[in-house]
Amino acid sequence: MSISTSIWVWIAALLTLMIYSFLYKENPFYRLAEHIFMGLSIGYSVVILWYNYILPRIYEPLFFPPHQWSLIFPILIGMMTFGIFSEKYNWLIKYPLAVYVAGYAGVQIPLQLQTMILRQAEASFLTPDKFTSLFSSFNALLIFAGLVTTLIYFYFSAKREHGLGGASQVGIIFIMIAFGAAFGYTVMARISLLIGRMQFLLQDWLGIM
Amino acid sequence: MIASTIDSLSLKPPTNLIAFDTPDDRGVSITLKWEIPQDISKIQGYQIFREAEDESLHLAGYAPVNKTEYIDQIDVRNNVPYQYRIRSTSPERLVSLFSEPSQKVYAYPQWFRKDLINVVVITLIYLALLIYFVQAARTGKEIFLRRIPGLDALDEAVGRATEMGKPILYVPGIWPMSEVSTIASMNILKPVAKKVAQYDSKLIVPNRYPIVMNVAQQCVKEGFTEAGKPDKYNEDDVFFLSPNQFAFAAGVNGIMERERPATNLFFGAFFAESLLLAETGNAIGAIQIAGTDRVPQLPFFVAACDYCIMGEELYAASAYLSGDPRLISSIKAQDWGKMGLLISLLLGSVLSIFGITFIISWFTVR
Repeated sequence: MSISTSIWVWIAALLTLMIYSFLYKENPFYRLAEHIFMGLSIGYSVVILWYNYILPRIYEPLFFPPHQWSLIFPILIGMMTFGIFSEKYNWLIKYPLAVYVAGYAGVQIPLQLQTMILRQAEASFLTPDKFTSLFSSFNALLIFAGLVTTLIYFYFSAKREHGLGGASQVGIIFIMIAFGAAFGYTVMARISLLIGRMQFLLQDWLGIM
Repeated sequence: MIASTIDSLSLKPPTNLIAFDTPDDRGVSITLKWEIPQDISKIQGYQIFREAEDESLHLAGYAPVNKTEYIDQIDVRNNVPYQYRIRSTSPERLVSLFSEPSQKVYAYPQWFRKDLINVVVITLIYLALLIYFVQAARTGKEIFLRRIPGLDALDEAVGRATEMGKPILYVPGIWPMSEVSTIASMNILKPVAKKVAQYDSKLIVPNRYPIVMNVAQQCVKEGFTEAGKPDKYNEDDVFFLSPNQFAFAAGVNGIMERERPATNLFFGAFFAESLLLAETGNAIGAIQIAGTDRVPQLPFFVAACDYCIMGEELYAASAYLSGDPRLISSIKAQDWGKMGLLISLLLGSVLSIFGITFIISWFTVR
């Protein structure tokens, strides 16, 4: 056993324990760690913003040759965002938001249509080549049934009555099975995070591993 | 040496090599096609060579024996004339003579991707449906949307908090204002605030982004004003917490433990913090309603919350609660899109049995 002599390892270990103390109940130690975490994160974000964005992308291209004067337009649009802090000029925020949302929608709509709808639909059609064996036939039919009933579940224009109600019930079963698989998979990943933290405490801090 | 030369000569290069600019792309790509030799028994693959005015003839790619096409995308520049040659190789690393050179070819970008015409057509159909339903809603036509179970529980959840004399916590997700889910969350926040004001309860709204905070303050203020209780609105109850995801989660968890809200409402985009928040809410015994369009986080909300609004239900809930005809119309247009997709799936599958695949081809993208 060789306990760490690094002050930073000690600070990290104590903060980890303070955060874990939340598992027992909310207490002054957790509160201290929580406020340090929040304060640090805000300070860190400001520094990152300054050095990674404002200096290299605004200040330097504008004030050092070759001057990129065209940057003034996006900067002005961006600065309209600060209108939100004024009662009189808060309407200005509509413009940067409109530019941002419109640009994002323009990029995302065709992309999502291709990847999330067309490609998935194309792969779900029941074509003769999917019925080459008993297993592949079952697989194709299962995926098709899952897709159709899940789509019906998310149909909002009609009441869930008669056939529609039954199909959406089957749809929710498919959805829950998918959620169960995703839950298990993610919990597995979270356990590995916990193991990493335990390793830090037992190995790097206490040196008993 | 002589033997290997004879072996090498017995390897034939591909013929009729043609090169052309790869269609429907942003340039920097050239497609090559060729005909394979009659006897391919000794051939393992083909070496593709390229030259330009400022590039000597060099190996640019490799294709396996049965391939008759290769797309060269390595360091290809637009508007530079390239010429290609190709030769066969054997497993013993013997090579044939070069093929005849291809004609000179330039790579250049295209304005339109003709292979994505189906995407344009589907987008236009959707927009037409959207415009039609918005117009219909404006002229007073009633548009039906079914109730969403999680929404029915909202009244119960707010009422419970009032009875217990405890606050209601509303978390609008952790993404900025440009996100659809955050916009949907703000549409839900306003009627929630109105209900909270009617019940004379307290509403706490922590935020990760200052702009979202400002919009949330406006929504809550309007909700309180519509309920006729603008004086009950407290700006400090809608506040900025932290821009860091887990610092934000730690802060919200701390608030839950200290303030002990009777009701937690999570509407918006959530990520790895979803289970941290929902589990803490569950541990303090709050009634919880969550709604997100982030599918990977839904299992956690389903597991830890009392009611869950899943995926697109969030948008429908936002449209339903806001009562905005434009939003309701967009949900209606999406429903028509889903029906169209469903009919295409069924019809396309049945027709494919008879070898008719034109419906499936509408869904094909490169």
